[in-house]
Amino acid sequence: MPKDSGIGASSKRREDIRFLTGTGKYTDDINIHGQLYVHFLRADVAHAKLNGVDTAEAAAMPGVVRIFTGADFEAVGSIPCGWQITDRHGQPMQEPRHPVLAHGKIRHVGEPVAAVVAETRAQARDAAEAIVLDYDELPAVVDMKAAVAEGATKVHDELTSNLCYDWGFVEENKAATDAAFAAAAHVTTLELVNNRLVANPMEPRVAVGEYDRADDMHTLHTTSQNPHVIRLLMGAFVLGIPEHKLRVVAPDVGGGFGTKIFHYQEEAFCTFAAKALNRPVKWTSTRSEAFMSDAHGRDHVSKIQLALDADNNFTAIRTETYANMGAYLSTFAPSVPTWLHGTLMAGNYKTPLVYVNVKAVFTNTVPVDAYRGAGRPEATYQLERVIDMAARELGVDPVALRRQNYITQFPYATPVAVEYDTGDYNATMDKLTEIADFAGFEARRKESEARGKLRGLGVNSYIEACGIAPSNLVGQLGARAGLYDAATVRVNATGSISVMVGAHSHGQGHETSFPQVISEMIGIPEDQIDIVHGDTSKIPFGMGTYGSRSLAVCGSAMVRAAEKVINKAKRIAAHLLEASEGDIELKDGTFSVAGTDKSVAWGDVTLAAYVPHNYPLTDIEPGLEETAFYDPANFTYPAGAYACEVELDPETGHVKIERFSAADDFGNVINPMIVSGQVHGGIAQGIGQALLENCAYDADGQLISASYMDYAMPRADDLPFYSVDHSCQTPCTHNPLGVKGCGEAGAIGSPPSVVNAVIDAIQSGGMNVAHIDMPLTPHRVWAAMHAARTDAA
Amino acid sequence: MKLTMKVNGREVTGEVEGRTLLVDFLRSDLRLTGTHVGCDTSQCGACTVHVNGELVKSCTMFAAEADGAEVATIEGAAAEDGTLSAIQQAFQDHHGLQCGYCTPGMVMTAASLLKENPKPTEHEVRQYLEGNICRCTGYHNIVKAIMAASGQEMPAMAAE
Repeated sequence: MPKDSGIGASSKRREDIRFLTGTGKYTDDINIHGQLYVHFLRADVAHAKLNGVDTAEAAAMPGVVRIFTGADFEAVGSIPCGWQITDRHGQPMQEPRHPVLAHGKIRHVGEPVAAVVAETRAQARDAAEAIVLDYDELPAVVDMKAAVAEGATKVHDELTSNLCYDWGFVEENKAATDAAFAAAAHVTTLELVNNRLVANPMEPRVAVGEYDRADDMHTLHTTSQNPHVIRLLMGAFVLGIPEHKLRVVAPDVGGGFGTKIFHYQEEAFCTFAAKALNRPVKWTSTRSEAFMSDAHGRDHVSKIQLALDADNNFTAIRTETYANMGAYLSTFAPSVPTWLHGTLMAGNYKTPLVYVNVKAVFTNTVPVDAYRGAGRPEATYQLERVIDMAARELGVDPVALRRQNYITQFPYATPVAVEYDTGDYNATMDKLTEIADFAGFEARRKESEARGKLRGLGVNSYIEACGIAPSNLVGQLGARAGLYDAATVRVNATGSISVMVGAHSHGQGHETSFPQVISEMIGIPEDQIDIVHGDTSKIPFGMGTYGSRSLAVCGSAMVRAAEKVINKAKRIAAHLLEASEGDIELKDGTFSVAGTDKSVAWGDVTLAAYVPHNYPLTDIEPGLEETAFYDPANFTYPAGAYACEVELDPETGHVKIERFSAADDFGNVINPMIVSGQVHGGIAQGIGQALLENCAYDADGQLISASYMDYAMPRADDLPFYSVDHSCQTPCTHNPLGVKGCGEAGAIGSPPSVVNAVIDAIQSGGMNVAHIDMPLTPHRVWAAMHAARTDAA
Repeated sequence: MKLTMKVNGREVTGEVEGRTLLVDFLRSDLRLTGTHVGCDTSQCGACTVHVNGELVKSCTMFAAEADGAEVATIEGAAAEDGTLSAIQQAFQDHHGLQCGYCTPGMVMTAASLLKENPKPTEHEVRQYLEGNICRCTGYHNIVKAIMAASGQEMPAMAAE
């Protein structure tokens, strides 16, 4: 019987009411009296020496208040990077300066070069067209391998080369890994591309800077997943504003998917300009600007090798990856191909030796950073593609090969530095077998073939490291900040509760699911509990929402704070009931004395805390509000098995997704409806990556997929209904809720099964195609089939 | 130029430049910020409204072109007392939204679909949503919500 409230209930989302009635409050809905508008003039070339910016004509145009250029920001700090990677030789990564506005050099199409502030948006845009840039174009560095070749043009003149770092992991395993390959009975090698993507939350970024001269207070309203992180980065490193003089507000945010984690120049600009001009300054990104200024995702070129012994046991994995950083280091960028990628390269398998090499490269492209999954999709894709290829080469069943090599004993220390606390990979594969109806596949294939179509089934496992992150550990790995989180549980006098949380909800439904937890703990109705988030002036602290961390980390802080509240309330109840504290029980919102009929309601205890007429004032402080910080002991490790079934038109190369099934183990689940929704969205993004989406540059560094006319977003008619299941639950062993996180799984787990399915379909048609790089557009699929047919002929 | 239109049943007047888009007039002049802007190429559908009963992307129409027209936006979808329309209620019941940004456009589009085709098939729903992009839901629960609002049985695959 499904529950109707509390943990495990599919409570309907309370935030839906405002979104469904058009009364949500997104950043662009904020308009402050007297506000000005900024339009950024962005570079239209990828690489150039910038000699000068002539603003004279533009400055005289109607409504223009001031035009800023790079020279105005010489005394301002660099946009900071939050991670420092140490390379194979013990040296720190190369870290270039990242200016608010380009100065002296242009390094990517879309880089802001000048900022026009005017009375209206149209006036700012008109004036920007009158600015004349004087620049000498330089050769653009676009291809990663060419970028690190001898004599390549440098993106940053002050660096020794375009190589940010050359990282080896685990370097001590390299020799043993190479030896295992030399001794292997079979080696499968696959070179592949993890295509560059654009996150594309439907709400473009917006920033509104505000300054109150009377009390020297700065406020930034911004589309952020983590307002405290922005306050820290921008305040301490860019503009030099102490935290008590800087408030960052992220109200309703229309999706993030990673790209709204990072601190961007436009945020610093609006905050800076609001003070300089003593008026609010607003920037609203267009979608075209978003394509060339939001941090991109993925963009890895990899070679992976899998070594197997004569019994098909995996003995070693070796990878070499070129990871694009773009022109500058975005906030999390260096960590994505390293600690969020190398550490997952063992996957769900007990491979004893793993060696990962990553070369991070600067190019004249938009910075690349975390996008839903961040590093983990890249690891999963390599691993799950090479395993499928190995199965095909060896003539064994790809599911059986996986099962044979699954880790089955927990905790399990991988050869790549992490310890999986719990999991059951056979259970999710069993569940997948059922929901994807493997048994019926051959009949469906025959039916397709009867219509002249090819049908393929692709399967993969995945594992991810979520609940980012144990601060001590990530500190050793190069994180420049701790990654704990915080919550305050404020109980009001009459018993209702406001919970201030560091996690930010921009689609995840925290306003609904977090109260379910508190309701379960105290036994009062969910509607007596509200969540407050997204404003540094209202919440104690928080590192925000990303890496499927909200519930596992911030939710744990909330539980700890609620436990403190309950413990104190029990002491108050003990006084009111004239009983010993140890005998007090809390159930269904009532405190009672064990073994008696004496009880007092939650609301009477909370009232006593605030109206202490009958209260042990000498023993217990009045009031009922507690804060907790929570630092996780380990990552969490959601895992699962996914299957995709495609029908392929051999004449056109068009791939249609017929079925998509996902069996996930997220540990305990608070709101199954919301969790399913998270998986659906992730799967759509994964299918988008596999079949449709591609962020493309030409050889001159021009972005040629900079609108929805050119960048293929998945639409309703590209996708099927999905079959998702999260009934396999091995609770996390180290957080109080036993939760693992579910936000990224769909995007991590789905691309390999799509590609595996297409290869399976093509092979079933007798064509020997081993691999096609994503996205598997009709043209690419047709070309691969055509080449195979030609080779065979 | 001056213009007059009826928005959600209420007569409004305004003064706009010739280049002012309908969506900007709604958002900036009338402060009806439920209609969103998600792109600049008329692809995403976040700005979808009804003009004289027709489905229109309000970023592709000048405000001046709507002079004298009847415009319906998301703010007018629920009843006066706040009761959600059947489509709005179905979106909540079936978790057809996450971040909420595309939602107003989706609801307006769904209303138009069900007016034209009260019992659409899954395929017809998906085809009709071709001009509305959602990045959060993978469309599963949007399609499900619209079919539920039409009073139809769910396909087995949509049960989850």
